[in-house]
Amino acid sequence: MSTIVFDGVSHSFGERRVLRDLSLTLSERRIGIVGANGSGKSTLVRLINGLITPDAGTVTVDGLLVTKNAREVRRRVGFIFTNPDNQIVMPTVEEDVAFSLRKRGLSAAEIAERTRAALDRFGLTAHATHPAHRLSGGQKQLLALAAVLVGEPQVVVADEPTTLLDARNSRRIADLFRAMTQQVIVVTHQLDLLEDFDRVICIEEGAIIADGAPSVAIDAYRALLA
Amino acid sequence: MIGLYSPGHSLLHRAPTLLKLAVLSAGVLWVGFLGEPWQLLIALGVVAGLYLLAGVPARAAWQQVGPILWILLIAVPIQALLSGWVPAAVMALRLLVAVALAALFTLTTTVTAVLEGFQRLLRPFGRWVDADRVGLLVAITLRCIPLVAEIVTDVLEARRARGTQSSLLALAVPVVVRSLYAADAIGEALVARGLDD
Ligand SMILES: Nc1ncnc2c1ncn2[C@@H]1O[C@H](COP(=O)(O)OP(=O)(O)OP(=O)(O)O)[C@@H](O)[C@H]1O
Ligand SMILES: [Mg+2]
Repeated sequence: MSTIVFDGVSHSFGERRVLRDLSLTLSERRIGIVGANGSGKSTLVRLINGLITPDAGTVTVDGLLVTKNAREVRRRVGFIFTNPDNQIVMPTVEEDVAFSLRKRGLSAAEIAERTRAALDRFGLTAHATHPAHRLSGGQKQLLALAAVLVGEPQVVVADEPTTLLDARNSRRIADLFRAMTQQVIVVTHQLDLLEDFDRVICIEEGAIIADGAPSVAIDAYRALLA
Repeated sequence: MIGLYSPGHSLLHRAPTLLKLAVLSAGVLWVGFLGEPWQLLIALGVVAGLYLLAGVPARAAWQQVGPILWILLIAVPIQALLSGWVPAAVMALRLLVAVALAALFTLTTTVTAVLEGFQRLLRPFGRWVDADRVGLLVAITLRCIPLVAEIVTDVLEARRARGTQSSLLALAVPVVVRSLYAADAIGEALVARGLDD
């Protein structure tokens, strides 16, 4: 497992202080992050692969400073966004998966082979040559997952990956997360997704208010909402 | 190309992209010089043969060529009134053959193949342009077309649901705003997926 370290991280958007002097070490295999809307969850996870640069403090992934080694860090950390439509950048399904493998010094045959395997794993083989925008919402999120995992990241960070999906598709995505050998960090409002996670962190107003076993942190979050 | 690609393994699918592009463009040009309806009818027959060779399903072909027939339905009578039936027929056949040839290219060529073709074309100019970037730009532009189309449909639907008066501004503003948001999000995803490698 990778070790992700936040050290004294603060971040503001304009006047609004979103994260306050946050220090955190993430090394468990499955980590969930919960909190109310606007509490700073997305900001926190975006710091991990350098989509946001903190105003103060540092974030490191396996000792690599994210701000200095963004390229290397992004190769290790795959990121799943809430809306797969924005994550799919190529016109067809297989091209989008293959996009993740460009500039890795792989031969065309190797890229084709890995793409094929990834599509197979996510049940998208029949759609390989179809336009990505014609897939259903659930299939699009599967494609986003396939495109991230084909790059063999060590960590998968997902920001509300099931929010736009129906119950069956969110269960399917949840099962896939469960089956992943990678370290996963998931932000979600669907608390049942986190039941068997190793650690859950509850954030409120940019500070950690609970951190520990799922039941503990989720109870704290429920109490907060009540 | 943009979701128009019709998968297959025919000679046309396997032909090198640049060769295919060159031959089809030459065909379109050549049709421009054919002045007799019977010549054009033969050309149309050849194109139809190419469609059969490519094994393009009739529906996919119709989606491509159908719209031009609607235009011809209006343009041909006008042209006929103005300059007679023969010139009208020549114009209609030329247009039909040209559109069918262009469509044949998109139906049998993946975007990846087009990009690779582009990159090969640009390689000699590698010192001035980054062929890879240009290719990527084209691909992402293609990807954005259905995305924006979807936004427009969404906004139109929302407008209908709210019963708002039809005004171009009321359509344009939300479409532009949402497109900009989407562009932002796609930019972010590109970074996350290692574009700046
Ligand atoms: N790019 C931005 N510019 C300005 N303010 C922002 C930006 N991104 C986030 N914020 C603000 O920062 C705060 C925290 O946002 P963040 O997206 O991290 O919350 P979140 O916990 O992910 O919420 P949600 O559950 O709604 O996704 C919010 O008040 C939000 O308005
Ligand atoms: Mg969020």
